[in-house]
Amino acid sequence: MSTSTADLLEFYRQMLLIRKVEERLSQLFLEGTIPGTLHQSLGQEAVAVGVCRALRESDVITSTHRPHGHALAKGVSLPSFIAELLGKTSGCCKGRGGSMHVGDITKGMVPSIAIVGGGVPIATGMALAFKRRREDHVAVSFSGDGGVAEGIFHEAVNMGAIWDLPILYVIENNRYAASTHYSRNTKLEQLSGMAAAYGIPGVTIDGNDVLEVYETTRTAVERARAGAGPTMIEAMTYRLTGHNRRDPCNYMPEDERDQALEQEPVKRFKELLLRGGHAEASLLEEMQTKLETEIEAVVETALAAPDPDPEEAFRYVYAESPES
Amino acid sequence: MKKLAIVPALRDGLIEEMRRDKNVFCMGEDISIPGGWGGVFTVTLGLEEEFRDQLIDTPIAEAGSIGLGIGAALAGLRPVLDMQYSDFLFLAMDQIVNQAAKLRYMSGGTLSVPLLIRAPVGATGRGAQHAQNMERFFIGVPGLKVVCPATAYDAKGLLKAAIRDDNPVVMFEHKLLYGSKGISAATGEIDASSEIPDEDFIVPIGKGIVRRSGADVTIVATLLMMHLALAAAEELANRGIEAEVIDPRTLDPFDWPLVEQSVEKTSRAIIVEEGPKTGGWGAEVAAGLGERMMEYLTAPIQRVASPDIPVPFAPALENVYRPNVRQIIQAVESLIALG
Repeated sequence: MSTSTADLLEFYRQMLLIRKVEERLSQLFLEGTIPGTLHQSLGQEAVAVGVCRALRESDVITSTHRPHGHALAKGVSLPSFIAELLGKTSGCCKGRGGSMHVGDITKGMVPSIAIVGGGVPIATGMALAFKRRREDHVAVSFSGDGGVAEGIFHEAVNMGAIWDLPILYVIENNRYAASTHYSRNTKLEQLSGMAAAYGIPGVTIDGNDVLEVYETTRTAVERARAGAGPTMIEAMTYRLTGHNRRDPCNYMPEDERDQALEQEPVKRFKELLLRGGHAEASLLEEMQTKLETEIEAVVETALAAPDPDPEEAFRYVYAESPES
Repeated sequence: MKKLAIVPALRDGLIEEMRRDKNVFCMGEDISIPGGWGGVFTVTLGLEEEFRDQLIDTPIAEAGSIGLGIGAALAGLRPVLDMQYSDFLFLAMDQIVNQAAKLRYMSGGTLSVPLLIRAPVGATGRGAQHAQNMERFFIGVPGLKVVCPATAYDAKGLLKAAIRDDNPVVMFEHKLLYGSKGISAATGEIDASSEIPDEDFIVPIGKGIVRRSGADVTIVATLLMMHLALAAAEELANRGIEAEVIDPRTLDPFDWPLVEQSVEKTSRAIIVEEGPKTGGWGAEVAAGLGERMMEYLTAPIQRVASPDIPVPFAPALENVYRPNVRQIIQAVESLIALG
């Protein structure tokens, strides 16, 4: 693959952005500044960035209750993302969504769907629309390893397959559906084995290797754009935090977690950049400092932004339909 | 003008809308299989030649199909989903209630879901799982609209309004009002045909209609029950009681002003509903009238509804389930007797 140094640094910058944002969100949550709950994506940055870097802005994704990485990688602006989590009118969903529903359709991300499996048919339906209109956009449905046990996942994949729709079914296997290891939920060694049941290609890849995720996605996207139909991609990764912020993860064996920390994608990619001579350590540190400064400024602005006017609660329930 | 039953009126409505806007398309099980039925109740029969590109036969996957419809709607198409039997909507509750109804709000008004789901209701000798009146489960879902046409004119007009609406709409159609022919014809059908204008028209969502004027009692009823209420009103007139029959046509958003005006005049209200009395839409209308119209009411609000049992199969038992003209007359007379 002919990826330039600038490209490689951009992969790194995006993964680091997600990592640093998640870390800052964690602090804000513990301080009690963020309402509700948080499902964080630390450790899964390579899947979000590798997939979304292979997409155009006009391509669309649906995400899950763990959408932060997907949102930032797909281009939802950092200020509108942070503001949304803080429940501000300046948020990407004007404070109606929050952590579990972030998204911005102008960047190609449907507000994320926090019912497990619920977004899979919606992404498939968007792919159906693209195909009907002969537009060359592609849809990507992100699911977790837990999502593939939902019936709706299978209904949607089947229809995507029989109609050769331009869609990728990305299964982000972070090993745990909440607290349940995926081996308890399937007889398959690899979840991508499900693809065979629908007559579409399925692959399992190292989801902590951002370049492998990117290359696999690119191939699948080309196939989809060419009208050859869906691909199922299982990206093996690991959730470095709890299911949510209150989860102590006592169900994760210690050696497994230690190993996961060794394999985590941001560290791995940083080592690759240094080892390959793509960047000096000082440059990467500078990048990190810059990101942290940027994030801090965005957080401060968002915190200072006004809360929504309570009267505004009644807006956006229905679309105005002049013709009816 | 031509006189049509509900099925051909719906078919004409689909034809006109699919011709007018290529983004309109129909999706469902068995809707356009060559040599097939054109949908279980034949609404899309014969459309496959002109609209081959606007009809999609789906596998048996109600949740998935509605989910695909939602996605297609988000991307700018206007899907019309055919549900065969409304009972199957339970399979798709997440997609309808959590997704279709909430995406506009969750997105801060940036998305819209112009989706129509057509779903046949009513007890028609098919036992407990192809018979329910599902309206009750879909009112009170902010973001969703619920319509229920009782005549062919309203069926076509509401269909067209719903297709043009930028919100998800569930349209309940009654199997005994369809006027279906052939294998889909149901016994005990009531004639719901209407004179249909040749020119384009819609019936606005959210607007009810006074089907019969009267000063003594207001009867609120939809679908099949509206026709039974009219029959009861005719009989009551013979006994010197003038009933006003109101067909809300849309259950959510509800046309409160129309019902309020009527009750102001009659001071008595009866709601007739096919479906278990407990938790029905009639309960919501009764509560709303209680809140709004207490000063005008001279008698308790009455509900005529099905008993709280699943829909039975045996005709003798199904007749116990389905409210009838006699019960409506008795309810009215009991109210009048109170003075």
